[in-house]
Amino acid sequence: MSGAPLLEVVDLARHFPIRNAVGRRTGWLRAVDGVSLVVWPRETLGLVGESGCGKSTLGKTVMGIYPPTAGEIRFGGREIGRLPRRERRSVARDLQYVYQDPGASLDPRWKIGRSLHEPLQIHTTLSRSERQAEVEAILRMVGLPDAHLDLYPHELSGGQQRRVGLARILMLRPELVILDEPTSGLDVSVQASVLKLFRRLQETFALTYLFISHDLAVVRAMCRRVAVMYLGKIVEVADAAALFEDPRHPYTRILLAAVPRIGGPRVTADVALDGEPPNPRDVPTGCRFRTRCPLAEARCAAEEPALRAAAGRLVACHFA
Amino acid sequence: MPDLLSVTDLSVEFATDRGVARVLDRISLSVAAGEVVGLVGESGCGKTTLGRTILGILPGSARIRSGAVRFKGRDLLELDPVAVNDEVRGRAITFIPQDPWSSLSPLFTVGTQIMELMKWKSPRRDERWSRERWPALVRRYARDRRRADLDAVLDVLRAVQMPEPERALRRLPHEFSGGQRQRLMIAMALLPSPDLIIADEPTTALDVTIQAQILRLLRDLVKGRRVSVLFTTHDLATAYEICDRVVVMYAGQEMESAPTDAFFGGPAHPYTRKLLESLPSPDGDIRDIPGEVPSLIEPPPGCRFHPRCDYATAECGAGRPEARALGGEHRVRCYHPVGVA
Amino acid sequence: MTSALYLLARLGRDRSALIGLALILVVIVAAVLAPVLASHPGDVFEIHPAKRLQPPGGEHLLGTDRMGSDIYSRLLFGARITIVIGIIAVGASVVIGVPVGLVAGYYHTWVSDLLMRVSDIFLAVPQVVLAIAIAQTLGPSLPNVILALSVTYWPWFARLVYAETRSLGKEVFIESTAALGASPFRVIALHVLPNVASPIIVRASIGMGFTILTAAALGFLGLGPPPPTPEWGRTIAESREFLPDAWWYALAPGLAIFLTVMGFNLLGDGLRDILDPRIRRAAAASAPDADA
Repeated sequence: MSGAPLLEVVDLARHFPIRNAVGRRTGWLRAVDGVSLVVWPRETLGLVGESGCGKSTLGKTVMGIYPPTAGEIRFGGREIGRLPRRERRSVARDLQYVYQDPGASLDPRWKIGRSLHEPLQIHTTLSRSERQAEVEAILRMVGLPDAHLDLYPHELSGGQQRRVGLARILMLRPELVILDEPTSGLDVSVQASVLKLFRRLQETFALTYLFISHDLAVVRAMCRRVAVMYLGKIVEVADAAALFEDPRHPYTRILLAAVPRIGGPRVTADVALDGEPPNPRDVPTGCRFRTRCPLAEARCAAEEPALRAAAGRLVACHFA
Repeated sequence: MPDLLSVTDLSVEFATDRGVARVLDRISLSVAAGEVVGLVGESGCGKTTLGRTILGILPGSARIRSGAVRFKGRDLLELDPVAVNDEVRGRAITFIPQDPWSSLSPLFTVGTQIMELMKWKSPRRDERWSRERWPALVRRYARDRRRADLDAVLDVLRAVQMPEPERALRRLPHEFSGGQRQRLMIAMALLPSPDLIIADEPTTALDVTIQAQILRLLRDLVKGRRVSVLFTTHDLATAYEICDRVVVMYAGQEMESAPTDAFFGGPAHPYTRKLLESLPSPDGDIRDIPGEVPSLIEPPPGCRFHPRCDYATAECGAGRPEARALGGEHRVRCYHPVGVA
Repeated sequence: MTSALYLLARLGRDRSALIGLALILVVIVAAVLAPVLASHPGDVFEIHPAKRLQPPGGEHLLGTDRMGSDIYSRLLFGARITIVIGIIAVGASVVIGVPVGLVAGYYHTWVSDLLMRVSDIFLAVPQVVLAIAIAQTLGPSLPNVILALSVTYWPWFARLVYAETRSLGKEVFIESTAALGASPFRVIALHVLPNVASPIIVRASIGMGFTILTAAALGFLGLGPPPPTPEWGRTIAESREFLPDAWWYALAPGLAIFLTVMGFNLLGDGLRDILDPRIRRAAAASAPDADA
């Protein structure tokens, strides 16, 4: 972890207006509500949380799919959150985003070859033959034959579509790739293949990953550092080993305890997991987790804990 | 004691544009009374089709080629379909679906939908009533029976820890969260006092903390009421949590079946071992299974896993191995089970 | 584009669509080869009062009109007018309406609202009434008819394309191409437009029928190209005072209008069936997710 961070997010917020039946705004959905994060070059940072915690929104806001409501996004030292549209588009060369199903990112009416040429047509002035050489090289690196260039997406299997989707993003040789739920819904053996592919690509292309997932086992295997989100805020950031062996935030503890582990104690025997996460439209005052926290006290309702250094990591809890 | 459910040599095919898909290939499995059996397999292994065959809700393109599905001694495939619909489906055998979001009609309150279920499937339903000739829409729902059913509904809603059950009945499905809806589905599965519940990946779509709650709830309820469960999942760890016995399927064939501890402690089938190995491990080591899941239209002969298996020999492709007992309830269908003489 | 051939093959199996296509081709051939096919090509301008109102037969295939001109020949030249009106009016509607719909559908700002409200205003007025008003104000002539029809028909395309673009905008591949750094122009022109082309084609075909009918109505009311232009609607208007004796006088243009409009409608229906995205998607279902 030397040098400057590749990505730095400072107090980022992304709010969505909630409208009633006639279209009047009745409130705000604070999907990301003051998040600060750092991603170092060549690392894989995991971002975990349950549905509604804002991790996907965070990824899309960093990517520029949503404009930030507040806060800063610094990429390679340069503020990009407030860039005008045209300049923001040029950042796409270095910062890319992989959807849960990368195959869906291909235009179904375009041949694979054409889809792969497109990123280069947008960002470079290479000639057709130069582009073709690049396309063939990348295709080989993701393990697909040249013959696929003349096929349409629906003529490939799901797994092959995924590789093409990844290849399309890699055409620009990005530095940072945001992976949004890359293994969600996949069978275990397919998941293993996909993760191996990601590892190999990281080596080949010197990539940095922001790995967003709700699957803690996968995150543990793939990520060196992990950040935990709850209701729009980061509650804990630590090295993976430290986080999984000795979680400090009460939510992290509950989250880890809830994950079924073969050979371990059965989670169903644990009593501490009750209640539902609060409605993200209706965030509790003070610490957001206090409604489900076994350690909650009066202080937690009055004062929101800041994310601060403790026990070799960052935790947002009054009692960590 | 005879098994509650006994599937023997079941083969099911589907007609598709590209040919006939042999989705289930002479499957046999059994569920004892009060037992929670986990049916584990990856997509395409046939676990959903098996559940549908037992319930008798296969789509029109499906053909049952052979086999029997014996429930409480009688073969469901041979019985009169009307009788099966009336007495078995939704009554003796109920179903918890995978997707809590689309399982309830958005137009009617939860109470209306549950009471509709009770009108037809209540354990208090009189046999004479079910044979009345009145058409379905105007069939009488006797007031005293309705009252008794409603009390039972509230009881079960309390048992699934639904807050404020009376109010809940008056709400529409979209006002419930995913976890709450799944509790409703569990309630609806328990209300007819079934002997067997087929749960099709009931926690896959839920967050992990909610999943833990639902699993615990389900296990407590079925053990308390001595209901058997056939629990389908692609997640081995979930099977570890609440199942008494685990059965592994691959490409339409069952490979291994054992009590949970024996299964996870010493799996014998090469596929089971590979499956467990491909789970992401904390040390970061990731192992996948080389090859692909075969097409069901032209599946490999014999044991369908043999093209991807490290231990395969000629006989594996010649004919499918029969089930072999490995002590206790542990059964495996393999010519070269690992760790066995 | 093998998919185009595949679609044409499927169209070939739809009998009513083929009938529609045949009818249209007949009209187009009639229009293009009118000078060749007409028995009395001069009768577009010449009059022969001596031979007025003769029934069909002999020298005059479909009889003569009140000026003694051959109805059959005038019908063929009338086909030219009809086709020209249809193509230009629908073409102009497409050229105006499609970009409006694309821009309004892709963006989510006040611009979209403005564009859609404008097109709603045009849609609120019945097309025939507005066309009549415009033709009345500007005077009866061929260009004015085309103008009136274009002005009233473009909102249909705008609304159609707007709806399709809105729903397409949620597709992952649109969002991801934008995320890749593509300019909105590129996304709209190269990704959105090809995907909304099918509904546009269907509506254009049906629109031809509708437009031709409206043009005939305008001609009937005397708001179309002035005499001696052999416009079909005007011909029917001329025939009114001679009905029911000179039945052939009205029947010929009436039948011509009917068959032309029906032809376009049948073709449009056929195109809609084969271009239906649900059918396309089912045929293009991808293989199961077997490998990574």
